Amino acid sequence: MSDYAVALTDDLLRPLIKTSWRFWTLVVLLLAVVSLGIGAFAYQVNAGIGVWGLNSPVFWAFDITNFVFWIGISHAGTLISAILRLVNAEWRRPVTRCAEVITVFALMIGAMFPIVHLGRPWLFFWLMPYPSERLIWPNFRSPLVWDFFAISTYLTGSSLFLFLPTIPDFALVRDKTTGWRNRLYSILALGWTGTTKQWHRLESAMQIMAIAIVPVAVSVHTIVSFDFSMAPVPMWHSTIFGPYFVAGAIFSGIAALIIAMAALRKFLHLEKYLHPVHFENLGKLLLMMSLLWGYFVFAERLTTWYGNGVSEMTVFWQTQRLSFAPLYWTMVTANFIVPVIILSFRKLRTIAGCVVASFGVVLGMWLERFLIIVPTLSHKYLPYSWGSYRPRTPEILLLIATFGAMVLFYVLFSKLVPIISIWEMKIGQHPQLAHESQTTDEAQTMWRTQP
Amino acid sequence: MTAIYGLFDKPEAAQRAYTGLKRAGVATGDITVISAEPFEAFEFSHRDHSMILFRLALVGGIIGFVSGVLLTRGTELAWPLVTGGMPIVAWWPNLVIIFEMTMLGAIVTTVVSLLVSSKLPAFRRGLYDPAVSDGKILVGAPLTGGRTEESVREALAAGGAVTVKTAEL
Repeated sequence: MSDYAVALTDDLLRPLIKTSWRFWTLVVLLLAVVSLGIGAFAYQVNAGIGVWGLNSPVFWAFDITNFVFWIGISHAGTLISAILRLVNAEWRRPVTRCAEVITVFALMIGAMFPIVHLGRPWLFFWLMPYPSERLIWPNFRSPLVWDFFAISTYLTGSSLFLFLPTIPDFALVRDKTTGWRNRLYSILALGWTGTTKQWHRLESAMQIMAIAIVPVAVSVHTIVSFDFSMAPVPMWHSTIFGPYFVAGAIFSGIAALIIAMAALRKFLHLEKYLHPVHFENLGKLLLMMSLLWGYFVFAERLTTWYGNGVSEMTVFWQTQRLSFAPLYWTMVTANFIVPVIILSFRKLRTIAGCVVASFGVVLGMWLERFLIIVPTLSHKYLPYSWGSYRPRTPEILLLIATFGAMVLFYVLFSKLVPIISIWEMKIGQHPQLAHESQTTDEAQTMWRTQP
Repeated sequence: MTAIYGLFDKPEAAQRAYTGLKRAGVATGDITVISAEPFEAFEFSHRDHSMILFRLALVGGIIGFVSGVLLTRGTELAWPLVTGGMPIVAWWPNLVIIFEMTMLGAIVTTVVSLLVSSKLPAFRRGLYDPAVSDGKILVGAPLTGGRTEESVREALAAGGAVTVKTAEL
């Protein structure tokens, strides 16, 4: 094995084998944050959903904002990873698993919110088509049932897309460990040995999964947008919502990925594998999505303004000039002005620059989801039905707990699974040569597979 | 059953041993090559190329599609409720469910096909050496079909094996 491969294996297995007190401190802190959310949810179940700030006519607010936001964040991983795999982008190798993990956990958190939002969450299984004695059956014409199918498919596909390429790495950890770790990874490795047939089947399966998962990912956020756009409600009933939501989802997903990668790089000392060029490439992608997001917002706003419908304009002005304007312009600044300024200039497109822009985008995209939902619901058609919304403590605690849960899941995952695919990194050491006279070193530099 | 295998540092050496074993009369299907990463550029990797997974994914997709059609149409006919002025069998919304079930069928079939065709999970490990995880490439063959230990050892050593070992399977 080359020196690079030895160092690679050691560096990526170290977090699995060695545990510092800092890790346990972080886990305890994150558990405390998550417990706040669990406590808030328990209080809500016990006292009823009235403990939230929801009130007629605003029946969707923080919970559905969180749902759309986290489903959006989930688009970082599997979709980006699948596209990079399909186009055979060599720089993807250290990025894909970090990204795929985000998808699975963000989907789990996001999918929880429609259930949390149910007045009686323990009856969530009524959404499933099964022959119950009450003859309850889902109505397939409802976009909420489409959500159930889309998210279930995406979660299943993404989990498998994440799991399959970890099998060879589990086999490696199995061979490198003893005791309970050896037993655990022996089970997870499923008896993988690495025969040529197994490798070929795995690569074929990953190719098929990548092809299949891209349209599923696009469909998921399109269907989430249908939750709004299928209703003849001001500023919701729009044909642009599908692509607008998908673009926003990818946008927020890339931002989350950049933040996660920067944290992994710093805390797991992965500087040798997560290079500035990875952040620069993702930064360019984030810049492109920021411009695309700006384009969609402009198209949506101009169409509404030009149409000048009374009910549409009521919601429009609420966000542009009235009570929601501070949040709206914060969103525009965080999603468009800051990222475009930072990421347009090469000198600013550093790791720190990308992280700052990404934090802005995460904040901005949460605000965007909130501003799609609440201003519209609070200012629908007839003024006598207008109302207002102010979040209460349980909702705020639940929101904070979701971020804690995401970080906790990520930390625990990186403790149990090599966060960068070791075998895929090894392949990057003998990259495809662009022409016969090219040396492996030249190809590695060209594909940027080594520092 | 007894098998002989060699461990190689480089894929080029593994390829030489693979070619040597074939010359010694070992059938391609009897030669085991195990590595910690795929080596697509070498002949020993190419013998297992097959499109079977793609075909099975297509079959899975078709099964998902048909299931989606039956589930949505069957439900709507069994519970004929008019919703939002839509027809009882409303194909536009049904397409969403049918699409998701088609993709789910293809994805699940792909994973099941991968596991079955790769013989995973394997409760009994066949020819294997943990040195593979250290970057070695294992090339081996069972002593069946009247072939002698010497001929296999010779082919492996000629390829440049770091070590040659015997294993009982």
